Amino acid sequence: MAIALQIKGLRKVYDNGFEALKGIDLEVTEGDFFALLGPNGAGKSTTIGIVSSLVKKTAGDVHVFGHSIQTDLAAAKREIGVVPQEFNFSNFETVWDIVVNQAGYYGLNRAVAGERAEKYLKKLGLWDKRDVASRMLSGGMKRRLMIARALIHEPRLLILDEPTAGVDIELRRSMWEFLTEINRSGTTIILTTHYLEEAESLCRHIAIIDGGNIVENTSMKALLRQLQKEVFILDTPEVITPDLVVEGFDTRYIDEHMFELVLKKGSSLNEVFAALNKQGLVISSMRNKANRLEELFVGLLNAK
Amino acid sequence: MTLAEQWVAFYTIVRKEIRRFLRIWMQTLLPPAITMSLYFVIFGALIGSRIGQMGGFTYMEFVVPGLIMMSVITNAYSNVVSSFFGAKFQRFVEEILVSPMSNNTVLWGFVIGGVARGLLVGLIVTLLSLFFTSLHIQHVGVTIAIVLMTSIMFSLAGFINAVFANNFDDVSIVPVFVLTPLTYLGGVFYSIDLLPDFWAGVSRLNPMLYIVNAFRYGVLGVSDVNVTTAFLMVGGFTIAAYAYCMYLLSSGTRLRQ
Repeated sequence: MAIALQIKGLRKVYDNGFEALKGIDLEVTEGDFFALLGPNGAGKSTTIGIVSSLVKKTAGDVHVFGHSIQTDLAAAKREIGVVPQEFNFSNFETVWDIVVNQAGYYGLNRAVAGERAEKYLKKLGLWDKRDVASRMLSGGMKRRLMIARALIHEPRLLILDEPTAGVDIELRRSMWEFLTEINRSGTTIILTTHYLEEAESLCRHIAIIDGGNIVENTSMKALLRQLQKEVFILDTPEVITPDLVVEGFDTRYIDEHMFELVLKKGSSLNEVFAALNKQGLVISSMRNKANRLEELFVGLLNAK
Repeated sequence: MTLAEQWVAFYTIVRKEIRRFLRIWMQTLLPPAITMSLYFVIFGALIGSRIGQMGGFTYMEFVVPGLIMMSVITNAYSNVVSSFFGAKFQRFVEEILVSPMSNNTVLWGFVIGGVARGLLVGLIVTLLSLFFTSLHIQHVGVTIAIVLMTSIMFSLAGFINAVFANNFDDVSIVPVFVLTPLTYLGGVFYSIDLLPDFWAGVSRLNPMLYIVNAFRYGVLGVSDVNVTTAFLMVGGFTIAAYAYCMYLLSSGTRLRQ
């Protein structure tokens, strides 16, 4: 597999002296679905800004599919499609014009641009809005418009900076499906998001950035294996009391039909249900108290 | 990008720019048409008839070339400064910055957009002037060359202004406080032969004087200044402005953080 994105010793010091990146190294393999996570101000957007050439680096190297952004910027740019965090299209242009003009900026003639615009606008549910001025679109439609625009030149690396921010659940799910489909067709995807369940369900590799440093960079599976415990919330139709005990597990009473149960690393759900069966306690439903990745994420940042 | 792809990208910007100013024709094409018609009526027909001859021509014949050139200058400049600053302000300049287009393609795309508006407004004003006087162009080559060079030069200047502008006030400062006064004092309405020696000398420091007179030479065949000097000056300013624009784009000044 080729390396889609290679970052070495990347540093960024802004004019006001703030050091946003302190020499990070990162590698994303071709075909990967990669999560770049971190708290606000950690350096995620700066990293994406440098890769897409909107931010000037202070030091370090960035290669996109082998093309250096220092010496072969145009070739590197052709490989990248960027969906930024903020809306950045003309409010007065139509959806069609925004997408087709972007194709033109990449040298695609209008016939090809038109075919691709139709393909992506239909896939993203914007075809009916093609003649509408972008300012008239809802927030979710605007996000999808930015995705269509980023895909119009069919880049091999798609970078999405919080693409589902402010998007309702139904639309978010459909965007996940779309991104999964794009990734399956071979497009490498780098995603930043504050929705950790989004990263957990979509991404195969993850890097966590904090204070301008990469604090974790591993596969999602390896990261989740680090989880020492998981907390589940269980619902029961029976009436329970605060002195409820499940043998071998820590529990916490929530109300007369609900309690928390801590599953430590090494224990299995079978053991939980065996213990519950032994007590004759019927469980009608269960769910994670918090997203597993969220627990790790918070733990990693707190450990600093 | 191949040359053909650069051409597509260039055409895309030019097309977008032209469609932009045509879409908002009430703001871009109508005002200069009305303003210049008023100039023709008031300064040419009403007051001009009392002034008599200027430089051997009726006053209307004398002011028309200057007014046409004034329209070309302000519209070429305004188109680029407002369009490029608008792209910066709404951040859709990023669409261009992330693309693999060369800096030359970007710059000339916007400049030709500015030239197109400058020439279209110049043509509209010229056609309007025909209701008030007849024009017999004396030097077609000089006329076309000076209009083209001037519109390119002021489009480039508009681009520089847009790069440095932080708000919409910064966009209007130069047209209102620099271009318009310099054009008014650049011999649009009078020959500098009428001025005392001192003020005639001061006027010769005004680059607009050379542009207006070179155009007047093309149309009427008379000029207060040496036309070769005018071309050299416009050419020099154009090359300097182009070099500076390319520097701004390649360094990312005010465009990339």
